[in-house]
This record gives sequence, structure tokens and C-alpha cells, in this order.
Amino acid sequence: MAEEVKKFLYVNRKAPYGTIYAWESLEVVLIGAAFEQDVSLVFMDDGVYQLTKGQETKGIQMKNFSPTYSALGDYDVKTIYVEKESLDARGLTLDDLQHLIYEDEDEDYAEKDSIQLVTSAELADIMEQQDVVLSF
Amino acid sequence: MKLAVQVNEGPYQHQSSDTAFLFTQAALEAGHEIFRVFFYHDGVNNGTRYTTPPQDDRNIVNRWSELAEKHNLDLVVCVAAAQRRGIVDEGEQKRNGKDGNNIAPGFRISGLGQLIEAGVQAERLVVFGD
Repeated sequence: MAEEVKKFLYVNRKAPYGTIYAWESLEVVLIGAAFEQDVSLVFMDDGVYQLTKGQETKGIQMKNFSPTYSALGDYDVKTIYVEKESLDARGLTLDDLQHLIYEDEDEDYAEKDSIQLVTSAELADIMEQQDVVLSF
Repeated sequence: MKLAVQVNEGPYQHQSSDTAFLFTQAALEAGHEIFRVFFYHDGVNNGTRYTTPPQDDRNIVNRWSELAEKHNLDLVVCVAAAQRRGIVDEGEQKRNGKDGNNIAPGFRISGLGQLIEAGVQAERLVVFGD
């Protein structure tokens, strides 16, 4: 296990289906959790669709992996940034996205929201602060 | 500087596969260390020795293999992505009962942990994709 803790940011930019980027990105996040790094995720561009509620994939015969996002809190992923401009451009609001939470061990495991709505400018600052940025 | 490289796209279809190679080669020539090259998504297709491009074109797979031999590069193909796309080494062949394997010289198949480790160990992880 790695001793060093770095800030890892996973940037999700693609729609959940149509290409495999979203699903294989999620696989990296889940496997990477074992390395106990400081992990956060960004959803921007068509990537915001990955978090939408009520996905139904029977018609395209693909696995609906969207329920997996609600497990991210258990994998110690506490920070999920969603870019405001990307939601706005697609006529979406936070109400269209899954309600993702984590349990805060410092506050008696109180449930807290994982999703933070950020502007494009704020996202630039967030990216600047990272050690490793993986873009999918 | 100690660098790691991630290749997310397959050969010939996407230029980022070429750019990843040219970057890696240039970095080595400039005296930088490449901790690892990790092939993910369709990038795993850079690691099949069955690739046979026309003779007047670049051989993307062979040039990775040659670069690996020259510089003792660690070329790692993600096992989960490889299994989906039919990239097989001897171990995977036995494990999954396949009738052959196609991994190119200098490449090895391993897990996603190798990518995270590369991110931790290298000073910069450079991602090539669309």
C-alpha cells in the first residue's frame, strides 16, 4: 500500500452510455479506493448525465451501472463536484441528479451531501490544487 | 523528472495513441524517467502483436515494443479492459481457457492498481486520450 497521500481528481466528461469511458472511469475510482488517496470526482460536460436519476438501459442491452455511484460514499469518496455551467447548458438542475451522501466519521457518522455545485472558474482552482488529474 | 503515462485510445483510429508514444520517446531522449506506461480503455489495443499495418505506415505496436526493450520500459495493459477487448497473455489464456494469446513483446497485463501506483509514485501523470 502506498504511504504517500496525494490529491487525485477524476474528471468525468462523457455521457454514461454511447462510450465506455464513464463505466471504466468508475472502475478506476473503485479499485483506486484501496490505495487510500485523497480522492474527489468532477462531472462536467455530458459527464453530468452520469449522475442523473432514473436511468433505464434495457432497450440498449447495457448494464445500468448508475446505482454504483450511490456506493461511492462507502469507498471514502466524499467530494463530488458538478459543474454548474454543464448542468445549465443541458437544462438540468441538482434535482435531476441522484442524492449522493457519505458518512462523516468526525461527526458521529452524520450523513452529508457529497455533491458540490461549482462554477467553471471554481473548477479551474480545484484542478490547480490537485497532484494527479485523471481525465475520462 | 519521473513521469508516468496513461494511454486511453487505440492505435490508428486516434492520434492520441501516436502522441503518447512520441511524448514518451521524447521524454526519454531528454533524460526523463518513465515510471510506467499504462494502457486503458481502447488503449489496450496498442499491445497486440497481431497488428499488421501496411508496410509504408508506422507500426505502432512494434515501436512501443522496441522502445520498451531499449529503455527497459514498464508497459502495463489493464486486465479488465484487456479481457473485454481480447488482449491476452499466457496467464490470461490459461485462466480463461482461450486458444491463444496475442500480447506484444515488452507489454504485461496487470490491474488498475498499477495506474494508481503510477499516479502516486510519479511526479507527473500525463494522460493521452480524446
